[in-house]
Amino acid sequence: MRNILEDIVINHVSDPAGLTPKDFKNELDVRWCAGCGGYSILSQVQRIMPTLGIPKEKITFVSGIGCSSRFPYYMDVYGFHSIHGRALAIASGLKIARPDLSVWIATGDGDCMSIGGNHFIHACRRNVDLNILMFNNEIYSLTKGQYSPLSRPGQKTKTSPMGVLDDPFNPAALALGSGATFVARGYDKDPKMLQYLFERAAQHKGIAFVEIYANCVIFNDGAFDNYTEKDKRAETTVWLEHGKPLIFGTNNDKGVILDGFTPRVVSLSDGKYSANDLIVHNEHDSTLAFILANMTYNEDVPRPIGVFQAIARPSYEEKVEWQINDAITKYGEGDLNALMRGDEYWEI
Amino acid sequence: MSKKVEYLEQVTIRFAGDSGDGMQLSGTQFSNTSGIVGNSVNTFPDYPSEIRAPEGTLYGVSAYQIQFGSKKVNTIGDKLDVLVAMNASSLKVNLPNVREGGIIIANTAGFGDKNLKLAKYDANPLEDGSLDKYRLFKINISDIVKEELADLKLSLKYTERTKNIFALGLTYWLFNRPTEPTAKWLGEKFGKKPEILEANLRALKAGYNYGLNSEEMTTQYDIKSANLEKGYYRNITGNEACALGLVAAANKAKLPLFLGSYPITPATEILHFISGYKKFGVKVLQAEDEIAGICSAIGAAYGGYLSSTTTSGPGLSLKVEAMGLAVILELPLVIIDVQRAGPSTGMPTKPEQGDLFMALYGRHGEAPIPVIAASSAADCFAMTIEAARLATKYMTPVILLTDGYLAQGTEPWRIPPIEELPDIKVEFATVKEEFAPYKRDAETLARMWAVPGTIGLEHRIGGLEKEDYTGLVSQDPKNHQKMVEIRAQKVQNIANDIPDAELMGEESGDLLVIGWGSSYGAIKTAYEKLTAEGKKLSYVHLKYLNPLPKNLGDIMSRFERIFVPEINLGQLQTVLQSTFIRPVIGYHKVQGLPFKAFEIEDQLNELLANKGGK
Ligand code: SF4
Repeated sequence: MRNILEDIVINHVSDPAGLTPKDFKNELDVRWCAGCGGYSILSQVQRIMPTLGIPKEKITFVSGIGCSSRFPYYMDVYGFHSIHGRALAIASGLKIARPDLSVWIATGDGDCMSIGGNHFIHACRRNVDLNILMFNNEIYSLTKGQYSPLSRPGQKTKTSPMGVLDDPFNPAALALGSGATFVARGYDKDPKMLQYLFERAAQHKGIAFVEIYANCVIFNDGAFDNYTEKDKRAETTVWLEHGKPLIFGTNNDKGVILDGFTPRVVSLSDGKYSANDLIVHNEHDSTLAFILANMTYNEDVPRPIGVFQAIARPSYEEKVEWQINDAITKYGEGDLNALMRGDEYWEI
Repeated sequence: MSKKVEYLEQVTIRFAGDSGDGMQLSGTQFSNTSGIVGNSVNTFPDYPSEIRAPEGTLYGVSAYQIQFGSKKVNTIGDKLDVLVAMNASSLKVNLPNVREGGIIIANTAGFGDKNLKLAKYDANPLEDGSLDKYRLFKINISDIVKEELADLKLSLKYTERTKNIFALGLTYWLFNRPTEPTAKWLGEKFGKKPEILEANLRALKAGYNYGLNSEEMTTQYDIKSANLEKGYYRNITGNEACALGLVAAANKAKLPLFLGSYPITPATEILHFISGYKKFGVKVLQAEDEIAGICSAIGAAYGGYLSSTTTSGPGLSLKVEAMGLAVILELPLVIIDVQRAGPSTGMPTKPEQGDLFMALYGRHGEAPIPVIAASSAADCFAMTIEAARLATKYMTPVILLTDGYLAQGTEPWRIPPIEELPDIKVEFATVKEEFAPYKRDAETLARMWAVPGTIGLEHRIGGLEKEDYTGLVSQDPKNHQKMVEIRAQKVQNIANDIPDAELMGEESGDLLVIGWGSSYGAIKTAYEKLTAEGKKLSYVHLKYLNPLPKNLGDIMSRFERIFVPEINLGQLQTVLQSTFIRPVIGYHKVQGLPFKAFEIEDQLNELLANKGGK
């Protein structure tokens, strides 16, 4: 059956050549606080958009509720600012219905991991081709400073004056455990890195989850300084690069080895270990991805940044179409009159 | 042997047995065959909510009731003319509903000591004279089928399983129905298993012949075919009618169809059916929860699909916030609520009309949603299409209320050729015209439907209040009032687009009955009976609950007394009282059961007798 959606919308495509970052900005004033990590994320997204080769009208941003979820208003593409926690459920329906669209989700640690947690794990499991940008500021910011499921134990917030009792989720491990095929982490203070991660997410077919450390200057200022400040990050983080050993340190003099299944830091300068002894990152190795993700809250090892895992698996919306095509190949296009008559009918 | 044939106008029969006895199959076959011979039919399956209730117990009884007649039957019948009881428990549970002089066909093999004990009988009711008021036929069905199938290499357990087919064959003889349709159906079902097919065919024939040759069964009954409109017919449940309605609506709107849903009794079957329609290009998501069911559907609606979500009460509760989102986004969405007895988990398999308030008012803020209701199983088809028409024309979510009774009950449905159904006109916004996200049609107030992927129409929408026309986020006090009023007016405008309420009976007078939803059958039956007796009353059955039909106030003003029977504590009664500022008499049955026609009749008789005695 011909449908007007195909005739009027899907079959008309603009030429993405010649798009510039400016084409993705609109006239609205961005209303985040000065110094908010959101700004960097926004401008890196706007910068990479023209490089993706995707017609502008095919790009849609969906969000939930929170500071981060204002994001779609600032992009001159299709935008859908929904309700708290539900962005992924809405985006899943949209992408399943419209595989021709490039669907992005802007969400936060509260929106995605708390009220939207169920939708998150199931979107990962289904491997819907969505790009999730999760702004992690380890706090509820829009409601003015309550702890989130990613806040740290002991953290003092308005609802935890004596310190947070909960243990946080480990977002990368949660995503991996839920079956996400692409899992990465970056931070606001490194624009080039974000651009790289966003491009990788866009190219990935299937669910792409990017956790972004985004500083909230008002309610949790400096939460990630230890990992993101220029003078500290070389010692406290390790960049994951496919096929490369895990080397870090201001002088590239440290590495991470696997001691059994436990990652351990070794010195590369005392002659005992060389780069050959270190963990070599492999984005296609799910077991390794788990080990790396579990380094997150381990103070004895650097915090991994970069792509934990990128594996190929058919995406959900693609499989939905395959099944429909299979059904049509096997049984022919549906005959509605026959369907309505069913197996047992009679004539009067 | 010569037998007498007696003609009847309508008959109510109930097949009852243990959950494992196949009563649902006997019932559906009997009802299909009765449809095929041209009777009007109305059915309802009644089975335990436990998946495998303990064998032989009172709460393990499964039944299927059919009323069939030579003129339109609107209910499954109040009192049973015939009860087929496969065991003691099924007799015990159903006997109170058998009319005096009614026929009881009892399988004596189901009345052993163990059965009697499970049914809490002290003595065997088949032997102690307690059934003297009825015409009792005692048949050891188990023994007969065992003998008939002795030469087939089948296990005893399997042989036993043909009891229901034997019972069916016997009722076919009793009511002079052909066995061929069932034989054909068995052939299709067991074509690949010749032994089993043979066993079932023999059981069917044995049952029929038992009646033919019985010394006791001296009378055969016949019901002439009803005077039905020409066309193709089938029996259909409300749930299947909803599923077909969605596919048909998408076809007429030239839109692809999406269903986002989560399994819940008694709505799940709609999801089952639609999941089987893949070759029609339908996309279905069995979501992780009720919220994702509706949210994914909203996503698909945003993407330009005819989109729907199906649920029952507890699921509707979970969908409430997202329904408000669909209201403010002004996106089309068909929400089907198959009501069941609540609150909370309530009685999942039992019908109720308890969700009317929730459908009308159950959202935060001013969030008007059109609400319509189907009045019979077959009507679910037309009303689903109507929900889709209103949703796409007015850019709004629409709630269609059905209930467990309509969902599982069947009636013959004249299958409309798809070409006969009117088109649903849908337009997407394109750059060819001036565009703004909340630019509205002057007449309907519907906004434009601009879907992602349309070149040049990039825009943002969301749950925040927005300025009219531009759709830009706005906290302006006056704008909010304006938007609230526009959204309310838009829904009110639908009153111009729906049929007037149809008044049956006197144009004015003393008593007007107003019903809604599945109680149509019972009220209509009672109404017809009383008017045939010359009593003066009138009847309106509402299919549109928000907005109400434009002429309803006028109709109501012409009657002294208004009577509203409902399967709740008076929800429509309250709506009518507050909308039209006048007292309305309610009748409330909240037992997880549909009305019986005589219950309405009794109420009406009482009201008519106490004229003026409000
Ligand atoms: S409150 Fe925090 S997260 Fe929100 S905009 Fe301000 S800085 Fe950003």
